[in-house]
Amino acid sequence: MSAVGHDEIHAHDGHDNHDAHDHHHEQTFIEKYIFSLDHKMIAKQYLLTGTLMGIIGIIMSLLFRMQIAWPEESFTIFKILLGDKFAPDGVMRNDIYLALVTIHGTIMVFFVLTAGLSGTFSNLLIPLQIGARDMASGFMNMLSYWMFFISAVIMVCSLFVEAGPASAGWTIYPPLSALPQAIGGSGLGMTLWLVSMAIFIASSLMGSLNYVVTVINLRTKGMSMTRLPLTIWALFVTAVIGIVSFPVLLSAALLLIMDRSFGTSFFLSDIYIAGEVLHYQGGSPVLFEHLFWFLGHPEVYIVILPAMGLVSEIMTSNARKPIFGYRAMIASILAIAFLSTIVWGHHMFISGMNPFLGSVFTFTTLLIAIPSAVKAFNWITTLWRGNLQMNPAMLFSIGFVSTFITGGLTGIILGDSTLDINVHDTYFVVAHFHLVMGISALYGMFAGIYHWFPKLYGRMMNKTLGYIHFWVTAICAYGVFFPMHFVGMAGLPRRYYTNTNFPLFDDLADVNIVITMFALVGAAFQLVFLWNFFYSIFKGKKAIQNPWRANTLEWTTPVEHIHGNWPGEIPEVYRWPYDYSKPGHDDDFVPQTVPMKEGEEELHHS
Amino acid sequence: MTSLLVIVVLVLLGIAIWQLTKIFHLTQVGAATYNENPEVATDRDNNVNGYLMFGFLGFIYIFTIYSMMKWGDLLLGTPASEHGPQYDSLMSISMWLIGVVQVLTQFLLHYFSFINRGRKDRKAFYYADNDKLEFIWTIIPVIVLAGLILYGLYAWTNIMFIDEEAKEDAIYVEVYAKQFNWEVRYAGKDGKLGKANVRYIEGVNTLGVDMGDANAQDDIQASELHLPKGKQIIFKFRSQDVLHSAYMPHFRAQMNVVPGMVTQFGFVPTVTTDEMRQDPSIMKKVAHINELRSKKSAEAAATGGAALEPYTFDYLLLCNKICGASHYNMQMKVVVEDEATFNKWLSAKQTLSAAVKESKQPAAPAAGEAAPATAKDSTNTAKPDSTATKMTVAQVIKK
Repeated sequence: MSAVGHDEIHAHDGHDNHDAHDHHHEQTFIEKYIFSLDHKMIAKQYLLTGTLMGIIGIIMSLLFRMQIAWPEESFTIFKILLGDKFAPDGVMRNDIYLALVTIHGTIMVFFVLTAGLSGTFSNLLIPLQIGARDMASGFMNMLSYWMFFISAVIMVCSLFVEAGPASAGWTIYPPLSALPQAIGGSGLGMTLWLVSMAIFIASSLMGSLNYVVTVINLRTKGMSMTRLPLTIWALFVTAVIGIVSFPVLLSAALLLIMDRSFGTSFFLSDIYIAGEVLHYQGGSPVLFEHLFWFLGHPEVYIVILPAMGLVSEIMTSNARKPIFGYRAMIASILAIAFLSTIVWGHHMFISGMNPFLGSVFTFTTLLIAIPSAVKAFNWITTLWRGNLQMNPAMLFSIGFVSTFITGGLTGIILGDSTLDINVHDTYFVVAHFHLVMGISALYGMFAGIYHWFPKLYGRMMNKTLGYIHFWVTAICAYGVFFPMHFVGMAGLPRRYYTNTNFPLFDDLADVNIVITMFALVGAAFQLVFLWNFFYSIFKGKKAIQNPWRANTLEWTTPVEHIHGNWPGEIPEVYRWPYDYSKPGHDDDFVPQTVPMKEGEEELHHS
Repeated sequence: MTSLLVIVVLVLLGIAIWQLTKIFHLTQVGAATYNENPEVATDRDNNVNGYLMFGFLGFIYIFTIYSMMKWGDLLLGTPASEHGPQYDSLMSISMWLIGVVQVLTQFLLHYFSFINRGRKDRKAFYYADNDKLEFIWTIIPVIVLAGLILYGLYAWTNIMFIDEEAKEDAIYVEVYAKQFNWEVRYAGKDGKLGKANVRYIEGVNTLGVDMGDANAQDDIQASELHLPKGKQIIFKFRSQDVLHSAYMPHFRAQMNVVPGMVTQFGFVPTVTTDEMRQDPSIMKKVAHINELRSKKSAEAAATGGAALEPYTFDYLLLCNKICGASHYNMQMKVVVEDEATFNKWLSAKQTLSAAVKESKQPAAPAAGEAAPATAKDSTNTAKPDSTATKMTVAQVIKK
C-alpha cells in the first residue's frame, strides 16, 4: 500500500518536471510565491493570511470590549477605525456593535482557527511527516488556498458596506439574517457574508479531500497508520469531519440565499415587520438551527483537534518522553470525531424543539467528556517524570492543557439541558467556548508556530520574546475569561450593546472593566509575538536541521526548502514516532528513520 | 483624560517588556556561548519557566479564590420558582464537582511541569502506556457522568413535561415578542387562549388574535407580566418578526420565541415580588447597586447630567437571543403577587373583544392605522438607533 504510494509520487513528480529528481527549471516569482503548488509555500500563505485575519478579528474584539466596559463613551480610536458613520462623534452605534461581534466570531472561527490553524499545519505537516513529496493534488491545494483568499477578501470587503456588515451573530439565525428590515446588516452585508462563506466551504472541502487522500495513499514505506504521529491523526480526522459537516452548512447557506433573494420560505413563516405582513409561510427557523449546528458543532472540533494534535507532538518531543497512551489518544480522537456529529442539539435545548430530543442530546454531549478526560490525563501523564524542555512551544502546549481543562469542565454545566436553561446565551457560554476552543486553539496555533518556525522559515524565533509572549498571554487569558463565568451566572445576556438599561446589572460594570483591561493588555502583548514572527522570518538566527531533536520525518529534510522535500530517496520508516529516552539508546531520541537495533523490542503496544 | 490613561498604560507596558527582556537576558548569561543550536531552551530557561509554572498554579488558585470572594455574590440569589431549588442544587453539585476536578488536574499539570523541568544530566522515564491507568480514568468519568446525566434528565423531565393534573388548574399566558418589546395575553375566564396569527394584526389587535375564535373573546392583553404565587403558569411564546428568547433569570426559566411556531415553558412562581424584596441576599445586592448608582449620580451631577433613579428590585423578562439593534433593551417587568391581588389586577383589565369593539366605534377613519411595531421602541431616544432608517428600507422592499 505505502510502497505503491511511494512510486506514484515519483510519477507525479515527473509530470511536473522533466526529470523526477533534481533538475528543476528556474521558477518565476509568481510560480514560487503566488500560485505555488508546493505545500510548504501554501502552508506559509495560509499562515500569513490567517495571521492578518486574526489581527482584524482581535482588534474588533477590543473595540466592542471597550464599548462594554465604558458604554456609549466617545473614543478617538472608534472615530479612526469605524469612521464617523459607524461611530458618530466616536460613540459606537448599537447595530455596529452587533456587526463587530458577528464578524469577530466569523473571522476567528473560520478564517483564523479553521483555515489559519488547520490549513497551515495540514499543508505543512501532512506531506513532511508521512514522507510524501507533496500533497496528492498540488493544483487542488493551490486552488483551495486561493479560494480561501478570495473568501477572506470578500469578508473584509463586507466591512465597508454602507448599511454595515452582517450583524446577526456568527450563527446568522434567520429571520434576523434574512430580513434587511430587521437589521441593516442583513442587506448587502449579509449577502457578501454568505457568498464569502460559500467560497470558504468550497475551499475547505478541496483542502480536506486532499488531506484525506494524501494521508491514505502517500505514506512512505513502513509508515503504517499506527506509526503516524498524532498530529497527522488529528489533522486527518479533522479533514474527515470537515468533509462530513461543511456541505450541510453550504446547503443551509444556499437555502438562506433562496429565502433572501428568491422569496422561498425554508426558514421563514408568519412574519409581521415594519408595519406589514410578509408573504413567507411554512418555514422554520429551527430547521436552520439544526442545519447550522450540524456543521457548527463539529466545527469546534475542527478547530480544536488540530491543536490537540500539535500539542501532543510538541509536548512529547519537549518532554523527551513518549506520548502516554498512543492508542488511547487515537481512540479518543476517533471517539470525539464520531460524537461531535451527534451532539449539535445541545445548542438548541431551549430552541423550542421537543424536550425529549434535549434529553438525547444531553446524553451524547456528556459522553464527549469521556474521551476529552482521557486526553487530558494522558497529557498530564506524559509530563510525569519527563525531562521538560521549556521552549516557548512547550509552554503554550502546557497552557493549552490548562485552558482546555478549565474551559472544558464548564461544558459539563452547559451540556446538561437542565442547567443550560438559565445560563444559555449568557456570558457563561462566552467564557466557556472562548477558553475551551478559542484560547486553547490559539495556544495550539502559537505552539505550532514556535515549534515549526525553523521548518517554515529556516530560522529560529527569539525564545525570550516567546517567554514574555506566553506568560503575559496566559495571565491575561484567564483574566479575561475567568470573571466572565460570574457575569454569566449573574444572568447577563451576551451580545448586549450596553448593560446600563438594567439597574440589576449595575454591579457588573466593575467586572467588565477588569475584563476589558486584561483584554487590552493581552492584545498589546500579541505585538511582541508579531514582531518576533516577522523579524525572525528575515533576521532570526539560522536554524539547524533538527533543533528540537525530534523523531518525526519533517526534521530529516534539509533546512532549505526544496520541491519534493527530500533531495534523494524518500526515507523509510522503521519505528513509531515516540521513541524518546528509550532505554538502550545513547541519545534521548530515536528518529523514525533509524532501523531497530538487533534484538531491540518495541516497548509500547501498537 | 482617556488618552492620558492610554498613554500611561502604553508607557507602563513598554517598561514591563523592557524589564522582562532584561530579566530573561540576565538568566542566560552563562549560556550565551552555546550557539550551535540557538534559541533552544537551556537549563536556565527550564529552571526559570519551571518555577513560573509553579507560580502560575498559585495565580490560578489565588485568582479563583479572589474572584469568588469579590464576585461570588453577583449571582442571582434565591430562586423564585418551584423547580428553582432543584435547578440550583444540580448546579451546585456540578460546580463542586468540576471545582474539585479543576483544582486537582491543574495542580498535577503545573506541579509536574515544575518538578520535571529539564536538566542536562537527567533522562526521562520511558513510559508509553498502562492499560490499568487508562481504564481508571475512563471508568471514573463514566460513573460520575452517568450520575450527573441521570439527575439532569430527571430534573429536565420535571421541568419540561408538565403533568396533566397540573395542566387542568394552570393559567395560560401568551408572551408575545417583537422588535423590541414584549406583550402578554391572558386566557381569560375560559382558560383557553384564542387562536392567533400575525395576519390578523389590525389596530388595537397588535397580537394578531383571531377575533372570530370563540376562545379569543375573553382574552386579556397587557404590557406587564403579572403572575399569581403558587399557581402553575404555562407560557405560550409567539414572535411576530425574528427570533427572541424569553429569559426570566430569577425563575430559572428560558425559552426561545420563534416566529411561525408556538413554544412553551411552564413554572410555578413561589416568591412574590414583595417577599423577594425582603430576601436578605437580594437586599444586600440592591443596597450595593444603589450605592454604585448614587456614586454615579454624584458624578453626573458634577458634570450637569441627570441623576439615576434609585433601584428597587423587580423580576424581569429579558430578551436573550440577538434580535436587532436594540436587543440590549428589550425587557418587561414581571410582578408576582398573591392570587387575590392578581385576580383583582386582571379583572380590572378590558377583554380583547371589548377593546376591539371600542376602538372601532368612535372614529371609523382611524381603522387603517399601522400597528406600532417600532413606534414604542425604547425609552432611550438619545441613543443612536437605526430603527428609523429601517422603516424606509422596508418601504423600498415592499414596492
